[in-house]
Amino acid sequence: MRTLMKGNEAIGEAAVRAGCRCFFGYPITPQNEIPEYLSGRLPEAGGVFLQAESEIAAINMVFGAAGAGARVMTSSSGPGISLKQEGISFLAGAELPCVIVNIMRGGPGLGSIQPGQADYFQATRGGGHGDYRTIVLAPCSVQEMVDFTYWAFELADRYRSPVLVLADGVLGQLMEPVTLPPELKPDNGNKPWATTGCRGRKRNVIKSLYLNPEELEAHNKKLQEKFGLMQREVNRAEKYRVEDAETVLVAFGISARISMAAVEAVREEGIKAGLLRPITLWPFPEGILQSSLPKAKKVLVVEMSAGQMVEDVKLTVSGKLPVYFYGRTGGLLPSAEEIQTQIKLLEVKVSERSLCQA
Amino acid sequence: MQHEVLVAGFGGQGVLLTGQLLAYGGLLENKEVTWFPSYGPEMRGGTANCIVIVSGKRIASPVVERPGAALVFNQPSLLKFEAKVKPGGLLLVNSALATQLPERKDLYTYLVPANEVAQSLGQILVANMVMLGAYLELTGAVTFSSVLKALEKTLSEQRRHLLSVNREAMEQGAQLVSQQARKYHTR
Repeated sequence: MRTLMKGNEAIGEAAVRAGCRCFFGYPITPQNEIPEYLSGRLPEAGGVFLQAESEIAAINMVFGAAGAGARVMTSSSGPGISLKQEGISFLAGAELPCVIVNIMRGGPGLGSIQPGQADYFQATRGGGHGDYRTIVLAPCSVQEMVDFTYWAFELADRYRSPVLVLADGVLGQLMEPVTLPPELKPDNGNKPWATTGCRGRKRNVIKSLYLNPEELEAHNKKLQEKFGLMQREVNRAEKYRVEDAETVLVAFGISARISMAAVEAVREEGIKAGLLRPITLWPFPEGILQSSLPKAKKVLVVEMSAGQMVEDVKLTVSGKLPVYFYGRTGGLLPSAEEIQTQIKLLEVKVSERSLCQA
Repeated sequence: MQHEVLVAGFGGQGVLLTGQLLAYGGLLENKEVTWFPSYGPEMRGGTANCIVIVSGKRIASPVVERPGAALVFNQPSLLKFEAKVKPGGLLLVNSALATQLPERKDLYTYLVPANEVAQSLGQILVANMVMLGAYLELTGAVTFSSVLKALEKTLSEQRRHLLSVNREAMEQGAQLVSQQARKYHTR
C-alpha cells in the first residue's frame, strides 16, 4: 500500500524498519524532520533517540553504538557533516558499520538552508583524514530515500563500513507516494567482532590506532582490498533513453529529475538526448556510464555545484568525448528550461567544431 | 495529462494543506503525485507556497519553473507569481484579498472571492477549500470525493463534523467559476 510521506520522515521510518534502534544527532535545516520523526518513533519501537550537545558528540555516540553491534544512524546537513568528519574517519579506520545521512544545503561555510549538491567531493573522497572511502548512495525520489536507507544498513553491515546517503533539501522536504519495506527485527547478532561483554571469550578490541608502522600498513592494505571489493560489487545507475542519444546528460539526485524533464522536452523537438543517473556516487558506476554512450557525441554534466562529479565523468570518459558542465550554486536549482538551452547550445558547438575539423 | 499547480498565500491560510489534500486525493486515485513546499526562515503571517503535480505517469521533475496553473490567496502572491504561470495557463485569484486585477492577458483568469464565500458559510477557515473546489471544477485534476476522503483521513474524530462545511465550500467555489465565462482576458 502506498502512503504519502515527506522525504526526511521516510528516511526515519525506513531506518526503523531496517532494524535501526539508535539515532544520535544535532538539529540543522533542511534535515530536521529526520530527528523530529525519530524522536517519536524510536522510543515507541524500544530504541534510543538522543539529541547530543553537538555533531561531534553525536558521531562519537554512533561509534560507541556501532562498536557494540547496534544498527545506528546519524543525520545532518553540510556544516554538521563537516564537524562529523573526524568521527567518520575513526569509524572507517575501526571498520564500524553505520549510516550517515547528509541532506545537502548551499555552501561553503554556513552557506544557506536552500538545497545544494556541493558536498560531492567530501562524500566521495572520504571526507576526513587518511586513506579511506565510504559507499555513497544518491536517491532522487522519496521512494528511493526509503529504499536506499534500508539498503545502506545492509551494505554497512556487509562491509563493516560507514555508508552515506547523500540527498538534498528538495528531496528532504518533498512529499511523494511510497511503499514501505517490511520491518526487520533489530538483530545485533552475527557480529563476532562487537564489544558485547567478553565473559567466556577473548576480549574484542575496536580501534583505529596502530603505532607500529608495519601493522598500520597491513591494516591499510586490508582496508584497500575491501574498498576494491566494494568497487567491484556495488555499482548502480539508472539509464534513461541513452540507446540512441547523441547528447548524454549525467546528473544525480534532484538534478537528475530536472534533467530528465529537460531530456523529455528536447526529445519532443527531435533532439536525441538521454540521461545517465549515477545512484552509487562512490563507487562511481564507471562501467555503466561507459555502456551508456553507444551513439554519444558529447556529454553534459548537470550539478548543483561549481562542478564536482564532472571530474569523475571526465575520468571515466577519458578524453574519448567532449564533456561539458552546467551548474547552479547558492541554493538555486537549475531549471529544465536552462538545461534545454544548454543542450541546444551544444548542438551548435559540436557542429561548429566538426566544420572546423573538416 | 500532467496537472501542475502552484498554491501561494500567507502562512495560516491553509496553503500547504490545500496542496497536500490535492496530492493525497491523487494518491487515493492511484496517480503519481508530488508536493514540494517552499522552505526557508518562514514565520506565521509570512509567505508560503507549494507546487503540486498530479499525473498519470512517472513525474520527471517535482520542481517546475512555469506551472500550468496557480491559486493565489493574497495580493503579495499575485505580484510574485502571476509572471510564473505558463502562457495559456490558469490563474485563480482570491479576489477578497487580492484587490488589484491580474495584468497578464495570456492566461485564463478567474476571480474567486474565497474569503467572502467562507464567511457566508460561517467558517472563515474553509476559504482555501473554495479555491480548491474552483480549481478542481476547471481542471478535473482529481475528484471532489477523493479530496474529501483525504480530508476525512486527516481530521481527528472530534473534527469530523467539519467535513460538510468543507464540502459546501468546494461546491460553492466550483459554482462560482462555472458561472464565469471561460475568459482569456480579464479586461
